[in-house]
Amino acid sequence: MMKLSTRQITPVSEFDKQISIARITENAELPAPVRSKHILLVKTGNGNHLAEGFKAYFFIGSNELIVNKSKYPKNVFVLSDDQAYLGEGDVVRFAPDKPALTTLYRKQSQHNSLLVTERCNNFCLMCSQPPKEIDDSYIVNDLMEAIPLMDRGTAEIGITGGEPTLLGDNLILLLRNLKNYLPSTVVHVLSNGRRFSNMSFTEKIAKLEHQDLMIGIPIYSDISNIHDYVVQADGAFDETIQGIINLKRFQQKVEIRVVLHKQTYDRLPQLAEFLARNLLFVDHVALMGLEMMGFTRHNLDDLWIDPVEYQPQLLKAVEILSRYRMNVSVYNHQLCLLDKRLWLYNRKSISDWKNEYMTECTPCTKKTECGGFFSSAHLKYSSHIVPFLEEN
Amino acid sequence: MSAIELATKTGSPFNDLNAYNQSLKTGYRLLPFKFIRLDDKRMVLTNEVGEFLVIEQDYLRAIVNKSIEAGSQLYNNLKSKHFLIDDDSSIALELLAMKSRTKMQQISNFTGLHIFVVSLRCDHSCPYCQVSRQSEDKLAFDMSNDTAIKCLEFTFRSPSPSIKIEFQGGEPLLNFDLIKFIVIEAEKKNEVHNKDLEFVIATNLALLTDEILSFCLEHRIYLSTSLDGPEDLHVANRPRPGADSYQRVIQGINRARAILGPDKVSALMTTTAASLTRAKNIVDEYLLQGFNSIFLRPLSPYGFAVKTKWYQSYDIQNWLKFYFEGLDYIINLNKQGYFFVEQYAAIILNKMFSPQGTGYVDLQSPAGLGISAILFNYNAEVYASDEARMLAEMGDKTFCLGNINQHTYEQIMLSEALLNPIEQSIVESVPGCNDCGFQPYCGSDPIYHHATQKDSIGHKALSGFCKKNMAIMRRLICLMEDDPQAKQILLNWAKP
Repeated sequence: MMKLSTRQITPVSEFDKQISIARITENAELPAPVRSKHILLVKTGNGNHLAEGFKAYFFIGSNELIVNKSKYPKNVFVLSDDQAYLGEGDVVRFAPDKPALTTLYRKQSQHNSLLVTERCNNFCLMCSQPPKEIDDSYIVNDLMEAIPLMDRGTAEIGITGGEPTLLGDNLILLLRNLKNYLPSTVVHVLSNGRRFSNMSFTEKIAKLEHQDLMIGIPIYSDISNIHDYVVQADGAFDETIQGIINLKRFQQKVEIRVVLHKQTYDRLPQLAEFLARNLLFVDHVALMGLEMMGFTRHNLDDLWIDPVEYQPQLLKAVEILSRYRMNVSVYNHQLCLLDKRLWLYNRKSISDWKNEYMTECTPCTKKTECGGFFSSAHLKYSSHIVPFLEEN
Repeated sequence: MSAIELATKTGSPFNDLNAYNQSLKTGYRLLPFKFIRLDDKRMVLTNEVGEFLVIEQDYLRAIVNKSIEAGSQLYNNLKSKHFLIDDDSSIALELLAMKSRTKMQQISNFTGLHIFVVSLRCDHSCPYCQVSRQSEDKLAFDMSNDTAIKCLEFTFRSPSPSIKIEFQGGEPLLNFDLIKFIVIEAEKKNEVHNKDLEFVIATNLALLTDEILSFCLEHRIYLSTSLDGPEDLHVANRPRPGADSYQRVIQGINRARAILGPDKVSALMTTTAASLTRAKNIVDEYLLQGFNSIFLRPLSPYGFAVKTKWYQSYDIQNWLKFYFEGLDYIINLNKQGYFFVEQYAAIILNKMFSPQGTGYVDLQSPAGLGISAILFNYNAEVYASDEARMLAEMGDKTFCLGNINQHTYEQIMLSEALLNPIEQSIVESVPGCNDCGFQPYCGSDPIYHHATQKDSIGHKALSGFCKKNMAIMRRLICLMEDDPQAKQILLNWAKP
């Protein structure tokens, strides 16, 4: 797993203490007037001749490149080896006196996600990012600064939390910023959808006229109290459904996300029928494997079911949804556990930085088609993993 | 402190399932639904938007007495399909309203199908002819250009975004010049109106020529023909000089397919007394001719079919026996891996599973009379449907809405002759239909009931329309409940 934040940072010269949002560059020849917005990443060459004017200088790993510390400008740091993934065009948040470095955006990745708040009004049994009751409104300000630094060719940006809509008007500002600075980027927001039950909030989102915005919203059951139980919030089901209806009323794209676990697999076919009958107009349905993070670890006994065991329900659900010509995908699943009839719907959906394969998978010939595992799956995964071998 | 640290310190921060289940304390209320017996053990529950649930009959009383246990599987199924509502959630009402709107939406499109009877003349002399054709040489039974233009003006008054013009007869190819004239004039008008415009000729194909085919190709015209079964049956049902109706229709189908493409040619069958024992033969003929579906249709009580007593030669029970034999055979074909559809079943299945309404005018509420389909007769009279003019040829002009030369669009569409039967066809309020469990999938056919019972509503206990549809709906639901393989096949026909 890639470490997108680190505290293993060693200053090797005097430094300024203020927090900065900056773009990483490897180009020491950058014109002087723009250097102050950049951190120079020094991977090779002679560290003795550092060009002046950059916001900071990062060396990675050993101090080999560092020869004569006394010749250095201010703000030179050495990062741990696990930050070697950093590269040209990445955007980071750097707090030198903590010290703490967070990678907000990686130019080379297809899976950039902006965490906009850690607060949430749901408390899902399987939350991979447990909510915190804290004032983290600074995050939006950081992101407002970071977005203009991102590459204009970025294909897709995710917005995640916590519950992004708790930002209220600040979410609108953030989305407007994305629309303006990244006009050809798809934006995918992960939300519990409850806030969209408020018509005027939904109208504000619609009025942004974002070029390609999709809201991904979970529904865990066709039965209101089961959904409310999974998200641990009374009345959430009604607000979420109303939110979806409102978004579609304003012609916004909506994706329904169903996490499969012990509390949701049993009524999956009924849920599929409910979606087809009531919410046929949504744009995508994703049926997703469980991530072993956060609360899932705490509630493992209530949640874990081997995916092999829910194949009949999953297949039935996919058949119902596709018969109604709904756009359906299966996420986060290993090919060797999936019924072959589901392969067509399987997507490689796990973000690159936390996507792994187990040792059993080493000889497997189908890894390029397989969804693989979340890094967190080491905690618990199916005992039915079998590599596909070359057929002789 | 993180939430999970808090959790381990204070005991679980998570509530259990029952904490969210209000109905454990406050019970449930029923939402409007209807029920009907499926067989001697089971009932079907249906609601207004067409969702259904099959239950053991003993549970019906428990449901109504509100003694279904909260959280049980039956409770959840009833709740999911909006048969009941409890204090946990009220979104069902919003969803039901939305589903009702979706189902009704097509009514607001208004008239789509416009039938032009370009000639009542015919080269065939079928004893079961339901339109009372005239012999070939009487030009008095052709529509005039002047009438056609007025009918077209009427057609383009329809607010419907899609307009289908169907040419009927008699045999419409006997007046092909008029068809050409109408197609070209309609296309001219459509340059302004910009509708989704489509043409169909209902023809026996006996008079098909290369000239006709190339015109059809150029104007993307569909052909709909009649094929009653194997040669001996077809020729007996559909006599013409030379006894070559079968050869001509098969030749016509193949020539049309070669030039227009297979999707542009379809065929319909009509059941006669001679067909009743030959369901498999008839389906096999459709297989042989390369069709992937068949529409098994009974005779209707109009025209020569009544005069010759062919209509009276079998009752609906005989026909249903024939239909189910055909249906079973077709399902078996599918089980053997050959995709083949019975179209009437497909229409009903679509009504069961699609959130949208279907465009089939005989199973609509209100009926499609005038508001889905309208007919211009050769003599400038306007009728509420194809059957309405069949009745008129028998001397009963009850459903004649006016004359294109004498009446305006408003006079015709607001005539009592149209508004009355439409009002009488709203199954939600028709006696005998209003509490029928199959109501959401059905319609009411005022013309049929007028023809058979001299009353547009009719006594449903005596109605062949009712017997037919209820029997088929029962059978389809039973098949889906009892035969998982048949269920998959039928669901694939539904194409919601």
